[in-house]
Formats: sequence, structure tokens, C-alpha cells
Amino acid sequence: MIRDLNIVVVEPDTDLAASIVDALRSEGWHQVTVLDSPMGLAGQIEKLQPHLVLIDLENPTRDVLEEISIASSPERRAVAMFVDQSNEEMTLTAMNAGLSAYVVGQPEPERIRSVLKTAIARFQVTSQMRRELELAKQALSDRKTLDRAKGLLMQAKGLSEEEAYGLLRKTAMSQNQKVIDVARALLTASDMLK
Amino acid sequence: MSGSVLNCGYVPLVDSAPLILAKELGFARDAGIELNLLKQPSWAALRDLMALGHLEVAHMLSPLPLAMTMGWSGAQTNVHAPFVLSVNGTIVGAGRDLVDRMVLAGWQADASSPADTIRAVFAASQRPIRVGVPFPYSMHRLLFEYLVRGTPDLPETPWQIITMPPPLMAQAVAAGEVDVFCVGEPWGSVAVQTAGAELLFPGSAIWAHAPEKVLGVRTSWALEHPDIEAGLLRALYRAAAWLGKAQNIPLAIEILAKSQHLDLSEQLIEPALTGAVVPAIGRAPWDCPDFVKFHQGATTFPWRSLGAWIGTQCAQLRGEEGNSSVNLAGAQCFRPDLYRAHLEESEADLPGASAKIEGVLTNPTAVASKRGELILGPDAFFDGETFDFEL
Repeated sequence: MIRDLNIVVVEPDTDLAASIVDALRSEGWHQVTVLDSPMGLAGQIEKLQPHLVLIDLENPTRDVLEEISIASSPERRAVAMFVDQSNEEMTLTAMNAGLSAYVVGQPEPERIRSVLKTAIARFQVTSQMRRELELAKQALSDRKTLDRAKGLLMQAKGLSEEEAYGLLRKTAMSQNQKVIDVARALLTASDMLK
Repeated sequence: MSGSVLNCGYVPLVDSAPLILAKELGFARDAGIELNLLKQPSWAALRDLMALGHLEVAHMLSPLPLAMTMGWSGAQTNVHAPFVLSVNGTIVGAGRDLVDRMVLAGWQADASSPADTIRAVFAASQRPIRVGVPFPYSMHRLLFEYLVRGTPDLPETPWQIITMPPPLMAQAVAAGEVDVFCVGEPWGSVAVQTAGAELLFPGSAIWAHAPEKVLGVRTSWALEHPDIEAGLLRALYRAAAWLGKAQNIPLAIEILAKSQHLDLSEQLIEPALTGAVVPAIGRAPWDCPDFVKFHQGATTFPWRSLGAWIGTQCAQLRGEEGNSSVNLAGAQCFRPDLYRAHLEESEADLPGASAKIEGVLTNPTAVASKRGELILGPDAFFDGETFDFEL
């Protein structure tokens, strides 16, 4: 079944965008356009005239969309979904999933709701992916920092790796800090002394 | 003892400093408040979280309480401003191409004559001018539109406002998406360093006392918790007074850079707090001690006339010029009565009046106040006009 709502997804990450588009397509929404950059966004949206704009709640580009929300004619004006407080439950689910949506003009609420349900489900999955990706990135960069700090101590004080880690941990405990913070401070200090 | 938990939204800009310091220096704790600072990715996100009741108070662009109260921006929510967090601090700048053409046409940099400069901008541009501002309802936009309307003999170059989050402004300038930009620090300096842009003049050249950020408070919450609102105002007043002492600035920069609340280095924080903003690569910094004000000259006092001015300007940009109900709503969003009630017992020197004629002062001037020690800084408009507000 082909449905006829014109939908724009604002998402810089290609994989995430593709996953959202796929989910919408599989439910029969085919007029989906992805915009990946805040540059020229308002103009592009003006050109595409979507009924619905979907964007991650954490995306700073959201403020750009505020501009289309004050367009002069009511047919072109986008309103953030939260304006429709009649459906508070859906608003809250959307928010928890990290989705914000702008509805342009006055399409039938039933159709909007149906798109949103699909989008919310997808955003729940992608925001989970995003969180995991970020944690993984953080863990990797923390480990690199820790390894460099250990290496520094091993070289400077002739310690074994285990002893170097022990020293970092002891310092952290005595200063009531995290090991990673002590490691970072050590690297900053040694960079300055170079 | 842990106090009442207060959820406070903010956008990580240098002028959120009073909120961060109220927490980090323990002033909020002293007032029985556990200040939970929640960083927001955009003004729209901050606004929506407050409308949905997840935030009680927030760092806000000064026109935002009115825009929310009127239902112009997001879900209609009554929000008031009992405290001004900062005055001034915006910058108007332009991309390199445009500045080069202005120089060719004989323009000389002068940060104190915005009308001459904006005339040069309009004369030099060969295409419609795109003016980047952080948010549709921001002091940045109100000041720019006020300047454009009030500049005589302005060439009739078309121009339009474009919303661009400040961290992306430099990129937008470099990409030629934006010709002229209005931003707060550090994003003006970043545009200079990374996009070769030039800063033309500070916002204070348009209006010497422009309320930039306010404390926005959800009114329905405040009605039930006047004691917490009072405690927060006492903590914020102490933070502002602390920031107002020049000898504290180096420590303030260090605290702001080290705290988890801003992702900005000391080098990026420093120009805003010292006023030594470098307008273009290779040029001497501006000497602008009032670049951003947190305390001196009753900065924190929410004069009704400031709210009325915001109302008047917002009415104009919405095509409702002269709509007195909007002016009135603007005035009513600013709450000097709450400021007085909450800070009555504190060390704050309260002014005798709650509204004033804006634009009258060209020099620091002593005014009637509770302790008689209040000196107001200049508040002149670039065009010499005054704004007299009558309820």
C-alpha cells in the first residue's frame, strides 16, 4: 500500500537515516527525504513542503526548524508535535525515544499518528544503538588514555604495568577522583612539560 | 543536608556562568537547593522540556518567556523572568568576502558606529543578505532588526533572518550560508579563528543595556514553591555579585573550563569575560569592559521596561506592530515584584523604581535605591531614541 504523506527526516548519520527510512517504507510511507546537513536546511524544507519533519531530540539543528515554525501562512507553518497536548502519552513516548516531530499544515491527525508510531518504534531502536556506540567510543578512548598514562609511569619510574596501574589507582583513591581523570591529568601535565 | 532538587535547563554558553557558579561555589546549597543543571542541545529542546514539566527553571534567551507565554514558540506555557542572568554579550560579524567588499568601498572598522557599518554592509552586498541568529526569539534578532529599522539611508538590499545554532555559525559563514551573523561568545571568536570572519561591533553598540539571558521560571511551579524560587534568586544574586568582581574573573574562567557543564576551553571562555575580543585575525582586541555584564548597575534587576521593550520588538517582527497587548504581556513577563520580595532580606541594593525610561543614560548615573549605592550604567540606543513604557 502506498500512502501519500511527504516526510522529511533530518539525520546526519547515514546508517541511522537509512534505518529510519527503511522502517517508514516498509509501512508504506514512500515519500521520505533525508536531509543530512543543517546548511540550507530551512530553504530545502521550504522547497520540499513536507507534511511532517522528524528529527532527533538531541540534534542541535532543531533550532533551525524553529524558523519554519513561524512561517507567515498557516498552511506552511510547522508546529512542534508537542503543541498537540491532546495526545500527551504519545508525546512522552516520542520524547523518551528521542524523537521530535514537526507537523506542517493540517494533515489528518490519524495519518500523522500512524507515521509517528512507526517512527517512535524506530527511534527507540536507533537511540539505543546511538547510546551503545557512544559508550563503546568512550570506553575505547578511555582505554587509550589509560594505556598512555601507564606507559608514561612505566618509563619515568621504571615500574611494571601492574605497578603503574596500582599507582594511578592509589592516587585516584587518595584524591577522591576517578582513575581515568588522574590519567588524563597526568597526560595533560606531561604534554605541558614537553 | 540535601536540599530541594531543582531541575534547571541551560544551553552551554559562557553566559550560563551565574547558574554554574551558583552550583559550583555552593551558593545554591547554602540556600537549601540542590541545583540539577541539565545541559540542552538546543533552545527548542529546553523550551519543550519546560513546557512538559521536566524543567522548573532555565537559562533563557530574554524574549523566550514571552514567546512561550504567548504560545508563539512550542506549547503555550506561562513563564516569567524574575532575574536577569546577563546583559549584553552579543556580537555582529560578517564573512570575509563581504568585509573585503566593504573595505574596497571605503569602509573603516569602527565598533562604535553600527549605523555606518550596517549601511556599508547593505551597500557592499551583491545578493540578498542572510543574517544568521541563534533562535527566532532572541535578543540577537531583536537588536539586529532594531538597527536595520532605525538606520537612515539604508540601501534597499533585501535581507532575511536565518536560524543557525551558534556552534555551527562559523561553519555556516565558511560555507557561505550566512553573510552576517549575530552570536554570543565564544562563537564570534571561533568564526574569526576558523572562518576568517570579522566582528563588526558588539550588540552593546546598538543598545548599551540589552538583557541577553534571563532566568525563566515555569509560573505554575513557582506559585507552589515561592520559597525555592526565593532561594534560587539569593544564590544567583551571590553568584552574579561574585562574578562582578574583576579579581574573581581568572578563577571564574578556571572553574567554568574545569566543570562538566561547559565543553569550552579557558581560551574560548576568556574573551567574553574580559571583554578583550579580537575582531579579526591580526588585529588588536576590543577594549570593551561592559562586553557582558553579570552584576554591576543592577544588571540582575528585571525592569518592567526591559520586558516591555522586548514585547514591542516581538510584536513588530510578528507583524503586529503597535499591538499594546503584546507590549503589556512583555512587561508582565519581567517580574521586579518577585525580585524585590525574594531579595528583600539580602545584600542586594534594590532600586526605588520598577520601570524606567530606556535609552536615557549615556554615562553611569546614581539612582534612588534602598541603600543609596546604586549606579546604573549607560543604556543608550544607537539612534539616540528613548523608550518610554506606560502600562
